[in-house]
Amino acid sequence: MDTGTFTSKDLLDKLFDNGILFETGVDGLYGRSGMFEEVIERFERLVTRLGAVDKPTRIHFPPGMSRATLEKSGYMKSFPQLAGCVHSFMGGERDHAKLLGMMDAGQDWTELQQPTELALTPAACYPLYPTVAARGPVPMDGLLFELSSYCFRHEPSQDPARMQLFRMREFVCIGTADHVHAFRQSWLERGKAMVESLELPCELDLANDPFFGRGGKMLANNQRDQGLKFELLIPVSSQEKPTACLSFNYHQDHFGQTWGLKFADGSLCHSACVGFGLERVALALFRHHGPDVNAWPPAVRAVLWDA
Amino acid sequence: MINRIRALFARNEALSFNIETLSDHDNLYDAGMTSFASVQIMLAIEEEFDTEFPEEMLTRRTFASLANIAEAVSKLARQAV
Repeated sequence: MDTGTFTSKDLLDKLFDNGILFETGVDGLYGRSGMFEEVIERFERLVTRLGAVDKPTRIHFPPGMSRATLEKSGYMKSFPQLAGCVHSFMGGERDHAKLLGMMDAGQDWTELQQPTELALTPAACYPLYPTVAARGPVPMDGLLFELSSYCFRHEPSQDPARMQLFRMREFVCIGTADHVHAFRQSWLERGKAMVESLELPCELDLANDPFFGRGGKMLANNQRDQGLKFELLIPVSSQEKPTACLSFNYHQDHFGQTWGLKFADGSLCHSACVGFGLERVALALFRHHGPDVNAWPPAVRAVLWDA
Repeated sequence: MINRIRALFARNEALSFNIETLSDHDNLYDAGMTSFASVQIMLAIEEEFDTEFPEEMLTRRTFASLANIAEAVSKLARQAV
């Protein structure tokens, strides 16, 4: 895993050859080695430790969420191309026989499935907002959560840094505009310092989400104009196009409006989040420090293993 | 042209404000137009005037006021001639 130039496919092949990732036959869907998982666990502990000072409420969500929640969140307006909904067979015996017959004949049998009430979670914070709204008014000094979830995005790719199923850790702050701004600013600084302590090259940059279609170009331009999204980029699969490993997002009062998140005086809450792409960070560590974690720089090992 | 654009705003149900209360130069975002509403307006304008905004015009500024939108549509019409 030298640091010379190579393609993302080269990196993927090296990860397979070194037994760090395992092929499943689907691009963007991989098995992980015990060591890969240990790196992720250690990094998660580091994140939790850095955030502990703010005393967040920790919630772990499963990789599936309420489809109704996803619909109400507006996700389909922005990212219909990335969403996944869970379907299942709900027919009788006759339909079952038909399904098996179609499958045997190599026909598209999936039309015999019906949508369930589940969608795959696209980002760790989507299931949070209705949970918070159901609790009643948000206290004036705001709320802070630490979240974790496997997430799904339909973007098959041979770039190992673009998986279809991956884990995201997030801190989400709900409060006044000033409060959530200060939260985001503090994480812009803490996140960069954290990645630098792992001896990874990185840079912060203004960013936009991959909104769908021509309308999406406008949403992306709006997002950039208003400085709503920043990313911490680390070269993983490419030197020229570094990978966003952390993102820092200000949602304005979008989720406040959508979910009726309000203070006791009736004013709308703003929200912001910082997200950590766990597989991406682990890949960056293997890419820059090599396949053998025992040979990683002592300072990096100290940050991850000794603290 | 401004009146045709005003009519598109009046027909859009996603807007939380009454377009008749705004002048041609009032800021539509300040009045409460969301990013999603501005996308709907953009698509409606393209249909109404049978035109297509190039990517560099799909900005917050282009859709910030009725006057800005009218100016953008006029510019596209001039380019089409």
